[in-house]
Amino acid sequence: MTVLPYLVAGWIFLIGVYGLVTSRDLIHAVGCLAVTQSSTYVLLLAVGYRDGGTAPVFADAPTDSRVVDPVVQALALTDIVVGATVTALLLALVVQLRKRHGTVDPDALSELKG
Amino acid sequence: MSARARLWVFLVGAAGFAALFAAACFDLPAFGTVPHPYGVRAVRAALSHHTANVIASVNFDLRAFDTLGEETILFSAVLGTVVLLRQARDEHRTDPEPAVVHPRVRRFALLTLPFALLVGLYVIAHGQVSPGGGFQGGVVAATALHLLYIAADYRALERVRPLALYEIGEAAGEAAYVITGLAAVLAGSAFLANVLPFGTLATLSSGGTVPVLNAAVGLEVASGVVVLLARFLDQAVEIEEPGEDGGSPRGSGDSGGNGDDERERA
Amino acid sequence: MDTARLLPLVVAVPLLGAAVLVATGRRLPRLVSDIVGCAFAAVTAATALLVLFRAGRPGPGAYPVEWVSGWRRVGIVLVGDPLGAGLAALVSLLVVAVLVYSWRYFEEPPRRHTGSFPALILVFQAGMCGFALTGDLFNAFVFFELMGVVAYALTGFRVEEPKPLQGALAFGVVNSLGGYATLLGITLLYARTGELGFAQIGRRLDTEGPDGLVLAAFVLVTTGLLVKAAAVPFHFWLPDAHAVAPTPVCMLLSGVMVELGVYGVARVYWTVFSGPGGLSHPDFTRALLVLGVLTALLGAAMCWQQRHLKRLLAFSTVAHTGLFLIGVAVLTPEGISGTALYVLGHAGVKAALFACVGVLLDRYATVDEHELFGRARELPEAGALFAVGGLALSGLPPFGSGLGKAVAEEAAGHTAAWLPALYVLVSAVTGGAVLRAGLRIFAGAGRRPRDGEEDEPETTGEEEPETGGRLRRIPVPLLAVPAALLAASLAIGVIPAVGSAVGRAGALFTDTGGYRRTVLDGHAAAAPAHPPPHWQLTGILLGLLSAALAVTLATLAVRRPARTGTAALLAPVRRLQSGHIGDYVAWLVAGTALLTVLTVPGVR
Repeated sequence: MTVLPYLVAGWIFLIGVYGLVTSRDLIHAVGCLAVTQSSTYVLLLAVGYRDGGTAPVFADAPTDSRVVDPVVQALALTDIVVGATVTALLLALVVQLRKRHGTVDPDALSELKG
Repeated sequence: MSARARLWVFLVGAAGFAALFAAACFDLPAFGTVPHPYGVRAVRAALSHHTANVIASVNFDLRAFDTLGEETILFSAVLGTVVLLRQARDEHRTDPEPAVVHPRVRRFALLTLPFALLVGLYVIAHGQVSPGGGFQGGVVAATALHLLYIAADYRALERVRPLALYEIGEAAGEAAYVITGLAAVLAGSAFLANVLPFGTLATLSSGGTVPVLNAAVGLEVASGVVVLLARFLDQAVEIEEPGEDGGSPRGSGDSGGNGDDERERA
Repeated sequence: MDTARLLPLVVAVPLLGAAVLVATGRRLPRLVSDIVGCAFAAVTAATALLVLFRAGRPGPGAYPVEWVSGWRRVGIVLVGDPLGAGLAALVSLLVVAVLVYSWRYFEEPPRRHTGSFPALILVFQAGMCGFALTGDLFNAFVFFELMGVVAYALTGFRVEEPKPLQGALAFGVVNSLGGYATLLGITLLYARTGELGFAQIGRRLDTEGPDGLVLAAFVLVTTGLLVKAAAVPFHFWLPDAHAVAPTPVCMLLSGVMVELGVYGVARVYWTVFSGPGGLSHPDFTRALLVLGVLTALLGAAMCWQQRHLKRLLAFSTVAHTGLFLIGVAVLTPEGISGTALYVLGHAGVKAALFACVGVLLDRYATVDEHELFGRARELPEAGALFAVGGLALSGLPPFGSGLGKAVAEEAAGHTAAWLPALYVLVSAVTGGAVLRAGLRIFAGAGRRPRDGEEDEPETTGEEEPETGGRLRRIPVPLLAVPAALLAASLAIGVIPAVGSAVGRAGALFTDTGGYRRTVLDGHAAAAPAHPPPHWQLTGILLGLLSAALAVTLATLAVRRPARTGTAALLAPVRRLQSGHIGDYVAWLVAGTALLTVLTVPGVR
């Protein structure tokens, strides 16, 4: 089926969001956010694939060989850096939150409401 | 909201999202056969600038401005983490305990360390001709340094890790990228234009400014990741929790475990 | 130098400043790092203003377009059209104001980290300016994320307290999720068109008819931008983050960052989706109008209920964002220029109000309306600024916020006759809430308000001051900055040149064909003929009406502080603002579905 790789991306997005919604642990929630983000990697790379294409690096390959789309790969690299840094920052917040509240359970955080 | 209500809100939303996304998927061009106008132009552009790795060309030449933003995201995330994981007013530091390491682990880690460091530098230097570049190589190099934590202990790592120097290295990498871009403006071209000679395709000196920008990013990423990991390791190993939180379940042994987690993450 | 060459410098200069501050931060005394930060921000502001003046010159002529890296049609394009350049200038000027406001008094992290606060602010400036100037969808995503990453860190800046961490985490999770939805949408558009620039994608889309893919791409891209803009039901993160962020950061978040989300929606729609291959105008208007009206009403209702002053102002930002969305939804040049004026005026007023609240926080270690009752009688200057801010927020002529409201509500009135009434109501309620708090705190008017029941959802306002200790005397910058911001907001309303420049900017902004020709073909886009927005009698009368309503509401509330039925009526709505990250994420997904239902053609 030619739409399967695309549908997988949507599934990964939703499964990650489901994890976020039902999470009982903020570290787990940050992990789920990373899962959600991997849907964008899958979709980017699926969109860039070409049948019979090789990696877009012409060090040894002849310059007329068919390659997969290099643009989406560059975008995926940017995306990965964004994901890694956001994860680091959010984990830093969770570390401090754990110290100040003594918990990482989102149900137990009640300082802000109304 | 109760957990049940929350789940219902999610399920209704997810149903809508799924329908929307599935509809889009069936309208997408078939997998593997997509025409890629931008991709074709990028390949042509990369070859015209003698850059064998087209992805590096996209990242550091055609869309170098994106990569400036990307590098800055890392830069500011590290800065943000440094600020967030600072030693709070009510916390104090203790010196890390010396750790006992199995001799085989020690030997293996010490043997791998220089090798891993070299691989990192190689990957940075060859970004324009082979897969890799500043981001990938920078992470490898920074991780290599942390093999010392496995081989010996945190005190040994701290001795080879003058953080002030790495913070300067991080800022220098960021500044070098911007200055390379500004130099092109001074040379009469557009910001971040590739103004250096392009060299011969598939050689180390090819690609014009691509290797220069790769080096800047490599410096920034390697230093940034060292600083980032240092902040998390400090939290695990050195910083004691505030006094009034004394009853907390996380003791020193547990903290060491967290440090390991961070190391694995790297 | 060619004006176009200056565009990337608006992003590069603050980044260089941030790198300098981080490299030298440990060695510099506080004073020097403040000076360095202000200097880089000011140079950026000067550059942005120069671009704006050259791009905003009336008469025929293209606006500056710069292909970064010199790659025409292959690289990334920056576009200095008057609206984008104007936003970059607004951002930069507000950053300068914020850095002056936090000059020396704002307590930075101790030891070894001097300069990290101004460095983060400079990166924030670069991110916001880049977002305003870019003409490339993926580049916009990069700057969207850059703004986000810096904003999460700045929101959680005061790690010694528990509240900021919780607010920053909700902010980070919800905004990142929105960003990923946007990226999915960008990828869909890339798969269809094989392009990333706004102009290129738009042209390609128009060669084919709209279908499910285009709709999905629109919904997903817009989701992330609406999260940033805090539209209902994507808004939950905003009050939590704004209530806890340091005051100087609140000034930026409420003053410009949220508005950039609205700008993103408008920019993407006009350049990418407004053609025959995109989303039809009635569909867009319906979707955005519904969200805008909901956002405005909910924001105003919640604003009135707050006692935590920063939260009160945060909900007023939600309410005004709703009005901005309505101005964009009507899809006319007048709607855009009215909203642009409104954003300009609002930025100054809202930042000034936050600045006044910061003074209270540093003096009394609380921002709670009930606890502060009558205590700030000793601060008449701050009280006067606060009152003027409240009146300006309600749209009193001749403030810029009043002019923007008048122009936008007239434009909206052409789409639906009842919309002007909504503008009046929402600005009266939000302005009234500010005036009510001001009367109680600075004048001790009326009876001391009683605290509500224990089990009611409510955030009270005890916090640590942001200065080293409580202030005994109020330093000059803490009052001079809000005064200057209010004066600037007044100037926007009274200087006719501002109005005509914004009118031209709105006309150019909505000229889709002109934008694409200017960016891709280098043809000069002639500014379409337009009557410049100006004060009209109806606008003045409606502005006076909402100001009078605001004063009446505030006086009534102070006289009769007994809780009325509205509080009970709104309790279920207040309970939705639960502070729970899972709730907020669930609402985000539900919002995507709502947006889908609203945009699917035929659902009327």
